[in-house]
Amino acid sequence: MKGLLFQSLSKKNRLLILGVGLILVAVYVIPIWSISISAPQYPEGLGMHIWISKITGATPYDLKNINLLNHYIGMQEIVSESIPELLFMPYVLGYLIFGALITGLYPKVGMAILGIINLIIVGIVGLADFWRWEYNYGHNLNPDAPIIVEGMAYQPPLLGCKEMLNITACSYPSYGGIILGLSLIVLVYILWDEKQRKKSNVV
Amino acid sequence: MNKKTNLILITLGIVVLSIIPNCKKGAATATLASDAASRVYVAPGEKDEVYAFLSGGFSGQMSVYGIPSARLFKIIPVFSVFPENGYGFDEETKDMLKTTHGYVPWDDSHHVEASMTDGKQDGRWMFLNANNTPRLARIDLKSFETKEILEIPNTAGNHASPFATENTEYLMAATRFSVPVPQASVPIDSFSKGGFKGTVTMVKVDKNTGRLSIELQVLVPGFDYDLSHCGKKKSHDWCFFSSYNSEQAHKMLEVGASKKDKDFILAFNWVRAKECKDQGKAYNFGGEYVNNFREENKPAVSTKLSGVKMLNPKDCPGMMYYMPTPKSPHGTDVDSTGEYIVGGGKLASVIPVHSFSKMIEVKDKKEHHSTEIDGIPVLKYESTLAGEVQKPCLGPLHTEFDGQGYAYTSCFVSSEVVKWKLGTWEVVQHLPAYYSVGHLSIVGGSSTEPYGKYLIAMNKITKDRFLPVGMELPQSAQLYDISSGKAELLSDFPTVGEPHYSQMIPAKLIMDKTAKLYPLEENKHPYATKTENEAKIVKLGSTTHIYMTAIRSHFKPDIIEARTGETLYFHVTNLEQDYDIPHGFAIGGAPNMTNLLIMPGETRTFKWVAPKPGVYPFYCTDFCSALHQEMQQYIRVSP
Ligand SMILES: [Cu+2]
Repeated sequence: MKGLLFQSLSKKNRLLILGVGLILVAVYVIPIWSISISAPQYPEGLGMHIWISKITGATPYDLKNINLLNHYIGMQEIVSESIPELLFMPYVLGYLIFGALITGLYPKVGMAILGIINLIIVGIVGLADFWRWEYNYGHNLNPDAPIIVEGMAYQPPLLGCKEMLNITACSYPSYGGIILGLSLIVLVYILWDEKQRKKSNVV
Repeated sequence: MNKKTNLILITLGIVVLSIIPNCKKGAATATLASDAASRVYVAPGEKDEVYAFLSGGFSGQMSVYGIPSARLFKIIPVFSVFPENGYGFDEETKDMLKTTHGYVPWDDSHHVEASMTDGKQDGRWMFLNANNTPRLARIDLKSFETKEILEIPNTAGNHASPFATENTEYLMAATRFSVPVPQASVPIDSFSKGGFKGTVTMVKVDKNTGRLSIELQVLVPGFDYDLSHCGKKKSHDWCFFSSYNSEQAHKMLEVGASKKDKDFILAFNWVRAKECKDQGKAYNFGGEYVNNFREENKPAVSTKLSGVKMLNPKDCPGMMYYMPTPKSPHGTDVDSTGEYIVGGGKLASVIPVHSFSKMIEVKDKKEHHSTEIDGIPVLKYESTLAGEVQKPCLGPLHTEFDGQGYAYTSCFVSSEVVKWKLGTWEVVQHLPAYYSVGHLSIVGGSSTEPYGKYLIAMNKITKDRFLPVGMELPQSAQLYDISSGKAELLSDFPTVGEPHYSQMIPAKLIMDKTAKLYPLEENKHPYATKTENEAKIVKLGSTTHIYMTAIRSHFKPDIIEARTGETLYFHVTNLEQDYDIPHGFAIGGAPNMTNLLIMPGETRTFKWVAPKPGVYPFYCTDFCSALHQEMQQYIRVSP
């Protein structure tokens, strides 16, 4: 095992890791996650994108209109400024990219494993945090709201679609999220590949 | 004959009599294609293929229909106030109806014209004339709102208007009622002595902004100029005006103006006219007029202007020619190739067609001139004639073209549309109209490339096509499918006001360009309030400005204090940025202001003078949300 940790990465895998670092840069400029809302009165739908550092509407007006809809049920206004995680998320991403660059200079299998662990932690913590925000938005409603439906909460799904009153809300990873997922897959592949390589070296 | 046979005969007679009208009715409705209903049916959620813009006649408005369903989409107020949305009442739009005669909140609008690029409809603007108080309007097809109104001086009855040149370089406007120019109190019988004059006005359209301005006026003999259409392709430089009362009768025109066998179509070379103006042949002439312009989401600006450049035909040879045309022509229509100029002699028994190339060939040859009127050569009828459609119908009025070599002429007296072939002048089909028909319109039918497919014939007098609704029966238009060899009646539908003329445009040219809202960040209205935090009340002496916001489902500020006699301006900004969420604004018992409909991101101002002490509610009038009914507040007025 120890041998594997300090085994130098093949040239191909080293390039792959650098590639992961490079493609992760794109996550700064594309959304990670998207929530879309459809209802009969919104035939064109409404959408919300979660980026590494902000929350926006799918069109310049969607976030405002989602908030206008939400104000009936007393949901607090969704604004990027109220989510402090968005302030340090860019640094976390920077750390991941930095890790990939370091691995390029110090190409050991252990670094790839560290990358896998980092990505899994970021993923789990990120999703848990996202769920917590969804829970808070959906449950902590203004008791003075104009529309109160007994026992109704408006927490959107973490992944997939859910019907709330006459609205269907769907939540899926966006391009940025897909890139993060792909990065993890690439790293796992590298680990597997290196393991195979070690085996064949031994044999 | 005994009594019994008598009885049988009488019974038979009654049966026969009752069958005859039924047969007649049966024959008439037989022209309705059996599947007509399915051909005009547009399923829920589906969209129509064509936009139809109809003038509203004495309503002063323009209405927008979908074709083939004939569903009414919208009424666009142009020359008439519109209490539904405050047009002509609020501080933003009341200046749109300013004229040199003061505030004129109504007009009589006849002709719709579509803007064109290279002779093809471009879906940018619609233009509409005001006949009563001579004006021209430009309607923007992004917002479907009236953006500009230009008064035309030195004219009375702006009827032959607003017809566009091939590239919308100019709109033409000509006098219906010749009058003393400049205006003066003269004996009415001086009309018959040539004391009255007409004018042809060239209104320039800025090709980027659409802004209107008067380029030039031409002083023409005092006839009544009725309609116009401009040339295309080879006849690009020319516009053609029909005229009646070349007799210059001044009383009992019914008889006096119908004496001569021929009146005229005036051929006007506008390129030559501009050339003469540039050579300094036009002189400074008086005439006051007003230009009203409303920029996107800003109050209208009304500008008073004076003076025009006037040109006399004798100072500009080669600019104008009269083509004799039988009798009292109404329509003067140029076919899609630009070669044929079709006259619609409302009292004539033929449809005369002039040839543009023949006109060019003979116009300056003396042997083809019969006389000259005020410096305008009169060409011989036969010299320019391409042909005549013989015995087409009674009372031919107006012609449009399908681009396949066929022309369609409306006939007022015999109530029908006649389809005939250009070149052979043969009538190929009679289409009955169930009322006295005026204008007709084919999709793109006055452009160089008609889309064809649909034709609507618009009524002048409608009788019993619909459920009776009192003495004034529904005005109406009839829809025909002209896509196959034989035109077929599809449906008829009631219209707003008397629909004089229409322009139909394929939906794809317009639908994707329409605006959905005013972006708040671009709102440059001087009284805009862009966030609720900026809502405020500013008192300036006895005038108070309320910078108010409206959003689902409340106004801010929501409690207003005022004193009797105080003038309050409610500058209401709709903070919504959602498609189709206007908010309304109305105050209980406001005598001078109707209602406001404020589009998302728009600012409009409701002026209110505080009446006697009391508490007055104000509220949103356009159902905006589940809490719309709660969108209401109060103004307290103290002594
Ligand atoms: Cu409202």
